[in-house]
Amino acid sequence: MPIRFPQHPGLVVYLTAGDNGLYADAAQIRPGDLAVTREIALAAIDAGADVIELGVPFSDPMADGPVIQRASERALRAGTRLQHVLNLAAELRAARPAAGIILFSYLNPILRYGMSRFADAAAESGADGVLLTDMIVEEAGDYLAEMRRTGLNPVFLAAPTSPDARLQAIAEHSAGFIYAISRTGITGKQQQLAADAAALVERIRRWTQLPIAVGFGISNADHVAQVGQFADAAVIGSAIVELIERSTPATAPGEVSRFIKGLRQPSGAGPGMQREQSARR
Amino acid sequence: MASTAVPPLKEKPKPGPPHAAGRFGEYGGRYVPETLMAALNELEQAYAAASADPVFRAELDDLLHNFAGRPTPLYFASRLTEQLGGAKIYLKREDLLHTGAHKINNALGQGLLARRMGKRRIIAETGAGQHGVATATVCALLGMDCIVYMGEDDIRRQELNVLRMRLLGAEVRPVTSGSRTLKDAVNEALRDWVTNVRDTYYILGSALGPHPYPTMVRDFHRVIGIELRQQMLEREGRLPDAILACVGGGSNAIGAFHAFLDDPAVRLIGVEAGGRGKSLGDHAARFEGGVPGVLQGTYSYVLQDEDGQVALTHSVSAGLDYATVGPEHAALHDNGRASYVSADDAHVLEAVVRLSQAEGILPALESAHAVAECLRIAPQMPRHAILVVNLSGRGDKDMGILARELKIAGAEPLSGR
Repeated sequence: MPIRFPQHPGLVVYLTAGDNGLYADAAQIRPGDLAVTREIALAAIDAGADVIELGVPFSDPMADGPVIQRASERALRAGTRLQHVLNLAAELRAARPAAGIILFSYLNPILRYGMSRFADAAAESGADGVLLTDMIVEEAGDYLAEMRRTGLNPVFLAAPTSPDARLQAIAEHSAGFIYAISRTGITGKQQQLAADAAALVERIRRWTQLPIAVGFGISNADHVAQVGQFADAAVIGSAIVELIERSTPATAPGEVSRFIKGLRQPSGAGPGMQREQSARR
Repeated sequence: MASTAVPPLKEKPKPGPPHAAGRFGEYGGRYVPETLMAALNELEQAYAAASADPVFRAELDDLLHNFAGRPTPLYFASRLTEQLGGAKIYLKREDLLHTGAHKINNALGQGLLARRMGKRRIIAETGAGQHGVATATVCALLGMDCIVYMGEDDIRRQELNVLRMRLLGAEVRPVTSGSRTLKDAVNEALRDWVTNVRDTYYILGSALGPHPYPTMVRDFHRVIGIELRQQMLEREGRLPDAILACVGGGSNAIGAFHAFLDDPAVRLIGVEAGGRGKSLGDHAARFEGGVPGVLQGTYSYVLQDEDGQVALTHSVSAGLDYATVGPEHAALHDNGRASYVSADDAHVLEAVVRLSQAEGILPALESAHAVAECLRIAPQMPRHAILVVNLSGRGDKDMGILARELKIAGAEPLSGR
């Protein structure tokens, strides 16, 4: 199914599946029960998220900053497995037929599950597409064949460091949307949106008519409004994962809902695009 | 289709089945965040240009000889040979190199390459600290900034090397994520590189990670096997029957093995860390308990659970305490050209004492894995057989662990084992 961003700018929300935050009572949660993530995802969709990226937790998230690292560790400690994430995708699909659902993972859990078996299960769940953090176009032959066979959208990452030849290949093999990384680095909140982002989106547009979502370091309404000036959608990850970390399972859906509604209400006097600052970590 | 007409670019990447670039059989490749791809391509090209440049080669050879101390001796261990009563045992003395291990071969090569590429900020990961010390040394030599990532557990157990790195002017950054060992140090170095990729060179310390690292690191250590081959022909007039080397990532082993790959009569034996038991989490024997998968940029054998989550590892030696193995070893394992065994912590400690007291040579805990296998197989081999142990490093750094594990205290002499 094509991925649609009916509002502008669109919002893509990343959630580490199975993370119940710091204050969940482990005794209350069965391993593999992703009810907390489900309620948060439903609240996010109802608050205006166009696409939910369901992050499969991984033991070695080398592209992620401390916030998502901690969330992954919590989700794994809670017993989260790939099969549980697939089940959650199916529940979300049944509950919200129009929302976009992307399965977001490092490659190894998928390889262990079996690429072909995974593609079947992902398609069966009703997910729209897949994003593999450590999969580059050159290595993607088998993966792309499976995505085509099962009708899933492969979303590739494009980076500010990608030369035009790579962007062209990324555009050619992506479907659904293209995920443009706003700056070099790992995931995490940032004070300001990198100046790299607009230039990258402009370069990608030469090769595609697919929607382009900008992610990494986007954490507030001003960032979202800025992204809206040159891209189709903004991806919010660490800011929401951090909010969930600090909330309880009972309060998290409401907190996330309020946060997402606020993202479409910029303060108006945003700081404008400025040069990247290393406020990370 | 596109709003601006741009002619197609000729070097556009193409998806395909696992391709030749950086592959060893089906292993290797590049599985990294897109942000690193331009840097890996730049590195591949710069390395190819440097390899073909006689000036680069000459400067590296000069430093290997006059700074690091190559060639290293091939030493006949006559007392150990006599005690074991089997094969003649030779030791390739990489432990005599400057900084105390083979790691300096690669650190010098990549350091010169970084300078040639105009990168002045160097990062590295380290487990036992030998690669960190080698990198800190080369950065001091070449006047470059050096940051070394090291797991908190390893900082504790290899404190002496931490102090050396800091004395040499490097910043040692403790890594507190995951198992706080080598794997987590590599993750953190990759996170730094992906953030500072434009001005930073990552000196990866083993024949691991995304292409071109496994090939490049192997090439910088090939000198071990090339010297060994020549020395053996001069001394014995023939090639050895077997070569033993410890395998963490596998850099010393691939360096020792490579010159013999086309000599099927020479058995190549890698020795992994058997740790304290056979259960997942108690060892680092990837070829016994691992299955192929992707970790830190390369496809190889990975110790992992049934969900593809990377397993914890254990070894008395920080340098072998790692969940995956260099992809070329994975290929040599599958095609049978090399065989892989493991030595457990207890036998390794025994090997340290045995070699120290039989030959006056204190091996690193890592290298002692190869010594342990030598102690096991040499007596089963005929007296005319020749067995070489690649003694990749010396054990001074391990005195803290050895004192604790062997209960060396006070002035009491340690009895032989």
